[in-house]
Amino acid sequence: MTYLLRVLLTLALLTGTAVFAQGEPPAVDTTLVDTTTVAPPAPVTGLTGKDRDNDHGHAIELTWTPSVDDLENPSGARSVLRYRIMMWKPTEAYRVDTLRQMYDMVRSNYAPIRVYKPLVDSALILIDQGMVDVSALPFEVLLPEGINRTDAPAEMMKYVRKALQDTLAAMTAQVDISKDSVKVFRSNFLAAVESLPEAFNANGPSSGHGAWDSVGAEVPGATFFRHAGSKEEVSPDFLPDYADLYYRVDAATSDPAVYTASDVCGPVQASGQWYNSGRTVVLISVIIFTILTVVFVQQARRGKELYVRPLAGIEAVDDAIGRATEMGKPILYVLGLGAASDIATIASFTILSRVAKRVAEYQTQLIVPTYDPIVMTVAQEVVKSSYLDAGRPDDYNEDIVYFVTQSQFAYVAAVNGVMLRQLPATNVYMGKFYAESLILAETGALAGSIQIAGTDEIAQIPFFVVACDYTLIGEELYAASAYLGGEPVLLGSLKAQDYAKALFVVCAVAGFLTLILADATGAHWLAQFKQWFMVAD
Amino acid sequence: MDFTTFLWTTLGAFLTLATFSFLYKDNPFYKLAEHLVVGVSAGYFVIIVWHGTMVPNLFQKLADGDWYLLWLNSTQPWYIVPGILGILMWTRFSKKYGWISRWPMALYIGIAAGVAVPLEMSNKVNKQLVATMVDIDWSNFMGAGFFDPFSGMASLLIFIGAVSALIYFFFSKAHTGVFGGVAKLGIWTLMIGFGASFGFTVMARISLFINRLQYLDKNWREAAFDASNPNYSFGFPLVFWLVMALILVYIIWELMAHLKHKNQTSAPQ
Repeated sequence: MTYLLRVLLTLALLTGTAVFAQGEPPAVDTTLVDTTTVAPPAPVTGLTGKDRDNDHGHAIELTWTPSVDDLENPSGARSVLRYRIMMWKPTEAYRVDTLRQMYDMVRSNYAPIRVYKPLVDSALILIDQGMVDVSALPFEVLLPEGINRTDAPAEMMKYVRKALQDTLAAMTAQVDISKDSVKVFRSNFLAAVESLPEAFNANGPSSGHGAWDSVGAEVPGATFFRHAGSKEEVSPDFLPDYADLYYRVDAATSDPAVYTASDVCGPVQASGQWYNSGRTVVLISVIIFTILTVVFVQQARRGKELYVRPLAGIEAVDDAIGRATEMGKPILYVLGLGAASDIATIASFTILSRVAKRVAEYQTQLIVPTYDPIVMTVAQEVVKSSYLDAGRPDDYNEDIVYFVTQSQFAYVAAVNGVMLRQLPATNVYMGKFYAESLILAETGALAGSIQIAGTDEIAQIPFFVVACDYTLIGEELYAASAYLGGEPVLLGSLKAQDYAKALFVVCAVAGFLTLILADATGAHWLAQFKQWFMVAD
Repeated sequence: MDFTTFLWTTLGAFLTLATFSFLYKDNPFYKLAEHLVVGVSAGYFVIIVWHGTMVPNLFQKLADGDWYLLWLNSTQPWYIVPGILGILMWTRFSKKYGWISRWPMALYIGIAAGVAVPLEMSNKVNKQLVATMVDIDWSNFMGAGFFDPFSGMASLLIFIGAVSALIYFFFSKAHTGVFGGVAKLGIWTLMIGFGASFGFTVMARISLFINRLQYLDKNWREAAFDASNPNYSFGFPLVFWLVMALILVYIIWELMAHLKHKNQTSAPQ
């Protein structure tokens, strides 16, 4: 009986393991050669490399002058179809690559082997005990077509046993599944990665211990390439900092064998910077804003009257709470879909605090369904504090603020249900809202509630404007939190924001006028004013 | 099409129609769909959070990508810190130690605010400022060979719109006089922008609605009402009697609601 057994379980483990056979690094190549089809082009000239400024390291920038025979150059032979960027890799770096691939394989196979080995072991025990029913094994055994499981079961089990033993041997040959061995393997790999800068520094192209490796390509006409490696040691494109790196650029033609290498550029080292000088303008802006905030907060603390113009939406909050009290109906407060760290949600907490305090004073019912567990936790604290401030801590109930779900439309469905069944007199929507804004506001309008909304999500404001009685547009939400809260810190920040906006307008007008003047008078130095505000990526 | 596909497609169609039934009024079918989606999503998101957040951001970081190598000399052992902070949130279940949960919360909000400040300043202030300093291309006014104010004014409109809208959000001064006039121009600019945004979003919503109609018309019709479908012989009668049963349920529900309302209103005060 010569039929093949296919064991579904084990096949997956035997695939994709040809990694150990990683060969030696390729030999150092020489500049070109086969000129049977295309003549070797002129090389790239003036290749220079430097560390990329204002980054976290692990990146090198190369610039060069294109080959005379560049496709983009009509006066040349136009045979250069691309530029191949080559980096010198010492032999040690290739060894680390091999270790990395082995480590990846060990990691990926470790889990399935741990799961399946006990199953194979138990199956072998069952077979040795004389079990002849294939279907009783702890996994499914697929038999070739035409083979009946009832045919010569003992003979078949003999083959199953052999297949399992072979599989087990293959498993353990690939990976030593003892945890200690994996740990040692891993330590060796990480130590090899740590020694990479040393290997790069000691083995430049002149040493001959290594090979050129392609790290990217550029189109004809290109004069710049950024070799941005990974900072993760286990990543295949890891580029070590403070290592001597050497580059060259090959002018490649339509024939893969015909190319011309440039002069070698190097050594260059990648390194990270603590300060991003391209973002100095952001630092200055933050400092100015901080000074303004501190000054106005101090003024507010000293009792100086800080004027904030009235906003209809804010005035309506107190009226709406009163209305709900008179009607004996609850107030629904929706914090939106934002996280607790969103500015709009933080502003909403302040407004919730004020609403909850009033609600506690009037002994009205408050309902706060939340979308985010952390928002729920913070909101519970806020409401609890407000009840305490109002002198009614006993009226506080943990169920006032509750979690619904983190699915956007499921949350909307639940809130809509509350609106229709509990018929709140007032719905307050403050925070970050997305596609659910209109659904919520429309349902609230249908239920006959007074609705006050506020969000900084520009795309959602139109829906609140059409469906709510009052809408706080964008920054009015932040103003509302300061206005209602009445705390010096919030009022001072609001004032600081106003003055920062005034400064913004002045700068914008000045920038606009300087550009016009630069055009009109030809004094292009005036246009530099705009450059001062540019932020680097 | 097999029977399972028929069943699930029909269930999808039923839930779609149950949701649309809200357009008439609140009813038990809508309630069923609502509670189903809330309940299912809550359970679903537990798994999503586990596999999408906990495993990749905590366990795999500690195990360098492998759950089974957890605590095996990780290169990033500091990831245990957020893990511990997360566990501290559970102290909320204790009245005595509930205060500890404020520590991770404070850290979270503090870090988030700290990260947000330079980011917001860069993206919403500095970059917007540069974008507002627009260069007017005077040649646009005569670009078509004749004086064309609309082509030339595009840059000017951006500048005026941005500055006037900003003035609307100035809270330290009452909107009166010239200042009030500019602020009014600002709110007009905003409203024009909102109108465009509203129209755009409504179109997107209509496309979602069309998608559901296509589901009913194509998927469901093919699954249950297509005579060439092998399910037709039992599918169509099944759907028919299902609809009849639902209508009956609804009539009973309406009747009971009516009687309940009648009893409440007629009860002695």
